[in-house]
Amino acid sequence: MTGAATGRAPRLPLRTRIAMLLRLLAIQGSWNYEILMGNGIGFCVEPALRLLPEGVHSDRFKSALARQSQYFNAHPYLASIAVGALARAELDGEAPERIERFRTALAGPLGSVGDRLIWAGWLPFCSLAALVALGLGTGPVATVVFFLVLYNVGHLALRLWGLNTGWRLGLQVASALGNPVLRRGPTELVRAAGFAAGLALPLALGRIIGPGRIFIGGVLVAVVVGAILIVRLEGRLQGWRLATVLLAVFALFSVVR
Amino acid sequence: MLGDLLPIALLGGLLGLDVVSFPQAMISRPLVAATLAGALFGEPAMGLLCGAVLELFALETLPFGASRYPEWGSAAVVGGAIFVDQRGSIAGAMTMAVLSALLTAWVGGWTMVKLRQQNARWARAWREPIAAGARGSVIRLQLYGLTADLLRGALLAAASYALFAPIAHVAVRSWAIDGRLSRAVVVGVAAAVAGAAAWKIFHSTPGARWLFLGGLGIGLLLLGVVR
Repeated sequence: MTGAATGRAPRLPLRTRIAMLLRLLAIQGSWNYEILMGNGIGFCVEPALRLLPEGVHSDRFKSALARQSQYFNAHPYLASIAVGALARAELDGEAPERIERFRTALAGPLGSVGDRLIWAGWLPFCSLAALVALGLGTGPVATVVFFLVLYNVGHLALRLWGLNTGWRLGLQVASALGNPVLRRGPTELVRAAGFAAGLALPLALGRIIGPGRIFIGGVLVAVVVGAILIVRLEGRLQGWRLATVLLAVFALFSVVR
Repeated sequence: MLGDLLPIALLGGLLGLDVVSFPQAMISRPLVAATLAGALFGEPAMGLLCGAVLELFALETLPFGASRYPEWGSAAVVGGAIFVDQRGSIAGAMTMAVLSALLTAWVGGWTMVKLRQQNARWARAWREPIAAGARGSVIRLQLYGLTADLLRGALLAAASYALFAPIAHVAVRSWAIDGRLSRAVVVGVAAAVAGAAAWKIFHSTPGARWLFLGGLGIGLLLLGVVR
């Protein structure tokens, strides 16, 4: 493993790559309020550490695994970048202090970029696109398959790209965060989600409630008023909690009337 | 109903696991989870309708970082199953199914916090071997967390269904408000929550408001409300 010296990434065996990818799907398996996904990073890097020439019983393996299992936080999908880069750094024999500094520096950007790209962009966009499909009359199988395929093409591609990029660039991986998808993607996805939201709300309403222009028109007006009220309550009460209370009162009224 | 508990627990466990622990492929989204629950009882189309309403609610609570949020996977299984249960009496069925799912999601969020606290206790207990680089302890902590999450989702789904299904059954039979109006109330409330959530996401992004309005116009045209 002389990747750092030559500047070229050493080959990561396919079996190890697959093991790391599968483990990445469970990276948050032991998520907790103390080390967050720290143990998950160690869990995902471990198959690569087995490639250390000294073997799994060596001090080098144990100190590397211990280092990688400490506190860490990032977006779960983009953590693949960290896993690839940290595995490469350990196998390249980088100094432990340098790896620890790099690990600390990487967590923040991977969290904020991932949150904006996936949780505020890709997930709502895919969800709303599926509601548009539902509103246009697709059946249950088509709607569910459409959503899952659309979402997971992006999800799995991101995890795979992250692992490969992290492994290829090692401690130089920060440059990958300048990728156009990561830089401009969140804004473009939010715009797309905005369009999909406008399209989805009336169509989904129409599909669930059934025909009747005036009736649906009335419901839409009520929806706008309700949405404005919830926006005004921001920070004080979440809409879904308020809705739960309202629906409980409505159910009670409907039963005892 | 007792015979239904096992499949609901299994599905609730698997989909509850997907929310955070494994594989986060969004099979736990209400649109999918409620449809699968409906399919379990032979009515995927009904499950899909219930799932669509819950999906509108779920748009408000995206799983940002370490924030606390409701657990929609197991909850949507409960909601979808209860909606399908009431297939003969539509009035009130949607309200009771969605209400049951919302309450389950609320409790589910609390169980996730408890699970994370338990994971922290295990992490503390194995701090020394993990700090010594013991491979077995790292893997064991991960597997304990995954297993506990699977059990959490399964127990939550089974307990919620066992509690809410009989209540929904009784409520739907004494429901006094027109079925279509009842459904409109539920969907309207859900759409208001989704509309506000969408606004919060995109209102500060340049151009997104116009795209929303454009989408809304096209949506209304397609719906045939405005001509």
